[in-house]
Amino acid sequence: MGALVLALTALGLSLVFGVMRIVNVAHGEFFMLGAIVAWYVSTLTGSFLLALLVAPVAVAGVAVLADRFVLRRIGYEPESTIVATIGLLYILQQTVLTTYGPYARPVEAPVYFRVDFPWFGYSGYKLVVAGVAAVLLLVTWMALSRTTLGLQMRATQQDREMAQAFAVPVGRVYTVVFGVGAGLAAAAGALIVPVQQAHYLMGLDALLMSFVVVILGGLGSLRGTLVAAFVVGLSDGAISVLFSPTLAKIVATLLVALVLAVRGRGLFGEELA
Amino acid sequence: MTDDRRGLALGLHLGVLALLGALQLVLPPFHHGMVARVMVLAAYAVGYNVLLGYTGLMSLGHAMFFAAGMYGTGLTIQHWGFGAGAGFLAGIVAGLAVAAAVGLVTLRTAGPAFLIVTMMLAQAFNLATLYFNDVTGGDQGFILSGLGLDLFGVRLAFADPAVKYNAALVVFAACLLLSFWLTGSPAGRVLLALKENEERTRLLGYNTVRCRLFAVVVSGLLSAVAGSTYTLLFSYVGSTFGGILYSIYPLLWTLLGGAGTTLGPLVGTLVMTYFVDVASAITTGYLIVVGAALIVMVLWAPAGIVGGIRVRWAPWLP
Amino acid sequence: MSETSGGVKSVSRRTVLTGAGAVALGAGLPGPWVRRATAQAGQGPLRLGFQVHRTGIGAVYGRWYERTTAAAVKLINEKGGIAGRQVEIVAEDDGTDPKRGGEVVEKLATHHKVDLIFGTLFSHVVIASAPRAGELKIPYLVVSEGYHVASGKLNRYVFQPGITDVRAQVTAVAPWILKNLGKKVTLIFPDYAFGHDHRDFFSKVATAQGGTVRALVPIPPTETSFTKYFPRVPADTEVLYHVMVGPGVLTFVKEMGEHFGAKRPQIFGFVDSLEGVDMASPGLDYLEGTYFWEAFPRYAGPATPAHVRTYRERVGINDNGANVNDPKDVSTASHMFGCWETLFVIKQAVEKSGYKKPSDYKAFIETLEGFQSFAEGLEHPQGPKKFVGRLHQVFGQQLISKVEKRRLAVVHRTAIEDSMYAPEADYTKQPL
Repeated sequence: MGALVLALTALGLSLVFGVMRIVNVAHGEFFMLGAIVAWYVSTLTGSFLLALLVAPVAVAGVAVLADRFVLRRIGYEPESTIVATIGLLYILQQTVLTTYGPYARPVEAPVYFRVDFPWFGYSGYKLVVAGVAAVLLLVTWMALSRTTLGLQMRATQQDREMAQAFAVPVGRVYTVVFGVGAGLAAAAGALIVPVQQAHYLMGLDALLMSFVVVILGGLGSLRGTLVAAFVVGLSDGAISVLFSPTLAKIVATLLVALVLAVRGRGLFGEELA
Repeated sequence: MTDDRRGLALGLHLGVLALLGALQLVLPPFHHGMVARVMVLAAYAVGYNVLLGYTGLMSLGHAMFFAAGMYGTGLTIQHWGFGAGAGFLAGIVAGLAVAAAVGLVTLRTAGPAFLIVTMMLAQAFNLATLYFNDVTGGDQGFILSGLGLDLFGVRLAFADPAVKYNAALVVFAACLLLSFWLTGSPAGRVLLALKENEERTRLLGYNTVRCRLFAVVVSGLLSAVAGSTYTLLFSYVGSTFGGILYSIYPLLWTLLGGAGTTLGPLVGTLVMTYFVDVASAITTGYLIVVGAALIVMVLWAPAGIVGGIRVRWAPWLP
Repeated sequence: MSETSGGVKSVSRRTVLTGAGAVALGAGLPGPWVRRATAQAGQGPLRLGFQVHRTGIGAVYGRWYERTTAAAVKLINEKGGIAGRQVEIVAEDDGTDPKRGGEVVEKLATHHKVDLIFGTLFSHVVIASAPRAGELKIPYLVVSEGYHVASGKLNRYVFQPGITDVRAQVTAVAPWILKNLGKKVTLIFPDYAFGHDHRDFFSKVATAQGGTVRALVPIPPTETSFTKYFPRVPADTEVLYHVMVGPGVLTFVKEMGEHFGAKRPQIFGFVDSLEGVDMASPGLDYLEGTYFWEAFPRYAGPATPAHVRTYRERVGINDNGANVNDPKDVSTASHMFGCWETLFVIKQAVEKSGYKKPSDYKAFIETLEGFQSFAEGLEHPQGPKKFVGRLHQVFGQQLISKVEKRRLAVVHRTAIEDSMYAPEADYTKQPL
């Protein structure tokens, strides 16, 4: 489950990274915001399903506004974008702190059953999450490869000027990509609430893990992102059997850094810089 | 840049340092302490600026250099009984070692890849300080007490506000002047050329690899000096200072003040520190205000404060 | 904080702007070494600096510390204040950050010129702030629960008179665990200072009393999923001892349930994990029948004494330990009473020592060090206390509660002596 949810979050970052060539430091906050919105909706209406639908849309809306009023105006200049998204990170995080509060709040899982194996058990909801995440990944994949918009995105990713010359509305593509990227993170955040609770500081870890995945998988490579999410999701568990958990994190983090340092384009995908 | 403009700029820098020196006579105690702290942190930002402003490399891992200085000093004092001076040197050595290692590892990366590799390395470093908590004290950290320097038979205790202020001033002055010298030196010009166009710089026959390594090491060294000084003056060592937030801070300070300007880091640190101090007393959501300020800045003042001044009024500013 | 009720006042906009103006002008001010205004010292309100975690990871605690403080100050002021002076709280947010913590201590001492400082919880903030308090020579009374004051590594200006420390808590409950739940214990704890205190002190006490620690399972900071750690718990474990402070606690409980199912060992936890969390939250059903350490009963019942009822009403919590105005807003009952008790200790120490102004700190500190015990009552609703002057640390009763029908019911109350260990430090020998 962890790997699929991670893939979903990372995919959003990877899209933004790949198509727009910007580092969105606020990506983790979109993940967090998705969880918070899901908590509000499902607490107020009692419907977690509705929450799952509303959260990505609402968060994508926030992202579109940020794109229109900030990112577009600074021309997606890489360094300014990093600063602007750090600003956005603070604004989102602290707005949630002042409105939602510092608490970690859960949502009742829509389905609850425990799958019993002879030696340990596994939560049924986690299987559901994995299923939904897989469907969302598939839908994104289809949208990218089969629709006009997807084609325009890929064209923009490959060569912005050329795409513009072929009448691709690059501005609109950027807005859509930023919105979709945020929406994917928010969907992941919403899915995770019944398992992990919504908390205003939950974004940072999601951001770091997504970075790892995107880097390892390679810039803008959807396939790479997916493979890397699985490698990271599973190896995390595997390494922690061998080493003490904190040591495992150190080793894993160093490995990722070295992979990127030695092979600038990650495992798949094109050169980053 | 002509020589008398360079002289004018040097005069300005010395004037700023003199002003900081004179301020201690008039500042009330609270602001006296604040400015001392700001100078130490500004030294950190000066170090950061060497890389971002003059080499064009944006790092999100500088906290590991700051922390290297901090732990290099703190651990040797705590476990090996070093004095303040020897501890300071140990912090510098630790900073140099970490910076050299990071510089070598990141040689082939640039742009976002550099940003993320430095971030991951810093994350690993920070986790290591937690993992070896028996030695480092982990997140809780440890206290160094009763530190001071014996200078010509006079005991200068860091607990004394005047000693604290002037020690911070000396360290900041050294870092600022080093960065000022760098901008005028041949090495500094190569770095700037590297920032503008790495390919061309290489074709011109410069060893760009060595230059970059040099920049990372100088930047890391200055950051470590700041970390070490912070530990000595404020008596605390803890892993929080190696966290990602402390990598973001110098980035913000530098950009706010103006990346690529020698005085920008000081101005940025000063403005941001006071801004947070004032805003946090007014509202719990002061980080919202900080966030909004950042966005306003990139929209309307992308060159930062000193950068903006340079563009409009004083093109001779280094 | 915007409310000004109960004498708790956030720093007004004007004070702040004056401060900012002062640095801009930098003139007409006394020299830097004049520490505190002397003109009205000793008269007017007694100003207490409150270092509070309004933002950052400690924000849940900070919110309730602030409410408890407001309630205590209101009560004190209604009854005539401290030594006839009204109490005024000057609160400053430290962002639960050690750097800002040091700055806040400086600001409270030198800018707001408060009489003393109290209220810090997170131990890294305490440890980073304590040297500043020592250098500025201002009493600093923490409500932190950490084993740092009593360890002797802070300084003579730092006290913890309102809440017991983690070493005492562990020392008191360990024998009960071994006797009633089992002798083979596996510890799951966060891999940072708070967890290490549990690891070290529990292992020490348990081994000395014939128990065995079967395994130590440290959880790295910022972990969000725990499934992979449960296989490290040996099969013959009789007691699972867990301390999981942080927002991940519900996940932890849920995944623990998924892993062990009905074949679980006995489970003993520290309520720190669940402070601010509703016991009826979805996913916490697995805790039914398990045990917790509490310092203060979150749930009130028929047996709750009158003074505790008054305390609860004053602070504004209902019988479930939640905000009377918002039942979803659960308190940090086992910690926040520490602010209340600390304020009453301050009252007692100020009145007994005749403290009027900062030049009386010596008398204040020596008086406080001379205290031996505090009687149970409205001023000390948690229970009777013993104070060890040389350690600057208070000791009290510890509670063991069982989760029954999604509520915590106290099943055992230890004696104060159960929690007392051989002191290692002596602050009274340090010069003032």
